Amino acid sequence: MPLRRSSFEAIKNLHEERHVFLLRILAAALLCLGLSALLVTRLVHVQLIDHDYYSTRSDENRMRLWVVPPVRGYLFDRNGTVMAENRPAFLMQVNPEKTGDLTDTLKRLSQLVRISESDLVRFRDRRRKAPKFTEVPLRFNLTMEELANYQVNRYAFKGVQIEPSLSRKYPLGASAAHVIGYIGGITENDLDKVDEKTYRGTNYFGKNGVERAYEEALHGVLGTKIVETNAAGRPLREVDYRLGTPGTNLYLSIDAKLQLVAEQSLGERSGAVVAIEPGTGEILALVSKPGFDPHLFVDGIDVPTYRALNENEKRPLFNRALQGQYAAGSTIKPFMALAGLDARQLKPADNVYCKGEFTLPGSSHKYRCHKREGHGWVDMDRGVGVSCDVYFYNVALKLGIDRIHGFLTRFGLGKPLGVDLPGEKGGLMPSREWKKRVRKEDWYLGETLNIGIGQGYTLVTPLQLAQITAQLAMRGKGFRPHMVHAVQDPVTQKVVSVPPEPLPEIVLSRTEAWDQIIETMEHVVHEPGGTAYRIGHDAPYRIAGKTGTVQVVAMKQNEKEAPDLADVLEKFRDHALFIAFAPVESPKIAIAVLAEHAGHGGSVAAPVARAVMDAWLVNPGRDAIHGVTPEPIEPPARPSVAGRAESPRDVLAKRDSRHP
Amino acid sequence: MSNTLSTEQRAPAPGWSEWFARVLHLDLWLLSLLFALSALGLLVLYSASGHSMDVVANQMQRLGLGMLVLFACAQLPPDLYRLAAPWLYGITLVLLILVLTLGDDAKGAVRWLDVGLFRFQPSELMKLAMPLAIAAYLHRRPLPPRPQDLVAVLMMIVVPVLLVVKQPDLGTALLIVAGGGFALFFSGLGWRWILATMASVAAAAPVLWHFLHDYQRKRVLTFLDPELDPLGAGYHITQSKIAIGSGGLFGKGLLNGTQAKLDFLPEAHTDFIFAVYAEELGLLGVLLLLTLYITLVSRGLIIALRGQDTFQRLLAGSLSLMLFLYVFINIGMVIGLLPVVGVPLPLMSYGGTSMVSLLAGFGMLTSIQTHRKLVSS
Repeated sequence: MPLRRSSFEAIKNLHEERHVFLLRILAAALLCLGLSALLVTRLVHVQLIDHDYYSTRSDENRMRLWVVPPVRGYLFDRNGTVMAENRPAFLMQVNPEKTGDLTDTLKRLSQLVRISESDLVRFRDRRRKAPKFTEVPLRFNLTMEELANYQVNRYAFKGVQIEPSLSRKYPLGASAAHVIGYIGGITENDLDKVDEKTYRGTNYFGKNGVERAYEEALHGVLGTKIVETNAAGRPLREVDYRLGTPGTNLYLSIDAKLQLVAEQSLGERSGAVVAIEPGTGEILALVSKPGFDPHLFVDGIDVPTYRALNENEKRPLFNRALQGQYAAGSTIKPFMALAGLDARQLKPADNVYCKGEFTLPGSSHKYRCHKREGHGWVDMDRGVGVSCDVYFYNVALKLGIDRIHGFLTRFGLGKPLGVDLPGEKGGLMPSREWKKRVRKEDWYLGETLNIGIGQGYTLVTPLQLAQITAQLAMRGKGFRPHMVHAVQDPVTQKVVSVPPEPLPEIVLSRTEAWDQIIETMEHVVHEPGGTAYRIGHDAPYRIAGKTGTVQVVAMKQNEKEAPDLADVLEKFRDHALFIAFAPVESPKIAIAVLAEHAGHGGSVAAPVARAVMDAWLVNPGRDAIHGVTPEPIEPPARPSVAGRAESPRDVLAKRDSRHP
Repeated sequence: MSNTLSTEQRAPAPGWSEWFARVLHLDLWLLSLLFALSALGLLVLYSASGHSMDVVANQMQRLGLGMLVLFACAQLPPDLYRLAAPWLYGITLVLLILVLTLGDDAKGAVRWLDVGLFRFQPSELMKLAMPLAIAAYLHRRPLPPRPQDLVAVLMMIVVPVLLVVKQPDLGTALLIVAGGGFALFFSGLGWRWILATMASVAAAAPVLWHFLHDYQRKRVLTFLDPELDPLGAGYHITQSKIAIGSGGLFGKGLLNGTQAKLDFLPEAHTDFIFAVYAEELGLLGVLLLLTLYITLVSRGLIIALRGQDTFQRLLAGSLSLMLFLYVFINIGMVIGLLPVVGVPLPLMSYGGTSMVSLLAGFGMLTSIQTHRKLVSS
């Protein structure tokens, strides 16, 4: 017996306990025997009594579970123009267990149809996962020629199958490729992001754009059928069929015609156009140039083509509208003025004298205005209208970086807006805290001045520019920008529109400030001497806008004369920016245009915006597409009374103001 | 009755068995049964995996690791287990909570994998920690347990089980409940109490249901009715019944099964390996297998009978019954008697997660058997 007993055990009845334990062991043994008997009974039943039945089923009938992948949802524009669809195609499948020498079969097949390295990699991946004795896809979307090549030599192959399938087509081609994105062959990586079970038999996966963002909705629900096959694997009959659900159809908020107008107006230039409906946040057009043909990716792009796209200096795969981060330039000025009014640091009638440069007290450094000879006395209206830098140095100085940061952050600058497209960038809205953290330095007053004219650290995406313009147009009411206008249920065919998602409203301390700023922007477009007068003088509706120019290369402090625009290599030329909304009284469209290396906002970017607004507001018919002049209009040379439009020389001179 | 027990105190006959027990602290009965089952398992695994030596080599590696764990566990005296039990239980409980909080954060597919790696370990450990903790708790208390002890023990069972159900891993939760329940059963808990406890658990089920997420409820429903999941459980059962039934009395012969080879039987080498075994070796082979398992369980129950204190008896009894439960649930599932739940067939199914904890359990059984004090005070 165990040697030591604790005091607790003194009250235990050891004899009784052991007796009970013995009984329990016996009960447990009985339980085990009883349950085992149950198993044996069942096994005898299955293995002896029903043996013939199961034997027959095993020998003659082979049940197979087949998966029926769902049909991918269509993409339409807001008017029902097809943007992505499925067209019949032919698929080549191989049953590795039936081909005999697989390596040899693949080698011989590759002489008849194009089989790329990525096809082979995917084939091997799929083969590892697929049950044995099933077909594994090798090539999608065979061309008619390839199909014919194979069919003629068909007798020489065992275990190879041609199956009808569906292939994704983008009828608009390169148009809106950055919005729609594309699908491509599904990879292990893609499968990790979804429930792998529901993707059995699915060959494609959304890789970019809406195709990626709404992958699971577009994919639909897998159907299954259980099929009886004979010993050779030939289907005899369907035993059970469970219908899948096709993918959801999406009506994008994009207007295909408007998109085309925007793309054509931008011409051959690299750049971006974003148009938003201010009252809903729906994105009407989202252009990034240059574009690319999405079909290249659907069936696996070959290496040289991909390398060419990827290494192209103009970066066609890069979505400038969401991912391009640029200085805001002068387009930020109305918002600076708005911040000044809100903080009661600015009165519209207050005048500032511009002598062409600005110095901080106690410093000799000159902050230049883009107009060397100065604008003279400038009030708020003229400050915005002629884009006077000195005026906005003053505004920035009065506000200070903390208030500027606080105010512009309310508009959503400095972080992604949460648009329903992958890869959106947030830009940068600098602050003291940011500089301390990232640059490990204190904030300098001179930097505040640069922020005041949209230079310095501030970075925005074209989408953000369009969004803040839309929110300005709505006098502070904002909606999250989004791509999907409506959703069509694949079964009931019912179309349900997607409600706008309100963002926190921006409430100013003085409500009239909205209209005061909007009025100055209206003057930019409609008053002679405004930097965008060329698009405003004949407009049948009222536009509020602001031009901007962003330096690509800084100019030296002591450089006297700027070189002629024509002499500057294109890749060193400034970016042209323009933001606008119209009609002023009831805004229907807000737009941001970026033309890279185009030199000047008023002359290049503004006409693009005008063309898009015309297409949306004036003649939304087909003519709109033909009414576009892709060639940028040359800037007029004539000076005006109130000042003059930014000429190439002014633009280059403005470089002085940055990086003292 | 005490006479029967005291006869167990005789010195064992000298020879191999004694050398094994005294020097190596191993039990020849347990060891030879485990080896026999493992050998059968490897043979069928070779067939079920489509003649893959890789799979077999992997399994041998795991078996080797498991045997090392068994050997190590057998060297430690039972008193040490008793003292360590509360700590082991507490640490495992903390790990379970940790896994659950991490799991809740991880809605993304990628993190699921991370959690997946960790998920097994704490709940697997709880399968051992539970009977250990309860046997240790009841060790110093009067038996049959008083009502307050019963309540305490039930709490010890319910908390970790809820955590595991939340994961959700119903198969493991079931085995953890069993581990604690068996210890209570052997403690001599009155039959009325047992029935009352079962009834109250049944009554609590709807409350638990209320706390589950939709996708968890769906899993429970699929568990109860495999037909709801045509890609998974329902298809498995049909195919495994065809495999077993077509095996007949003598089977199709080793390596001659068609169901697994033609890939009609999914999971043939893991949870459904019994179907391959039954197809190839027939009813006779199945009876041999069941005999081996029952002998193994009986040896465990005999060790429990010979246990020298309450802790040893309760632990050995619970571990033995848990082994039987593994076998019963797995075979019951494969032949369509029970719902499909992920419980492997001990020593046969491919996979290492439960193999190690199972063999660790056998290590404890061995320890109880080989650390007996032969001289009575």
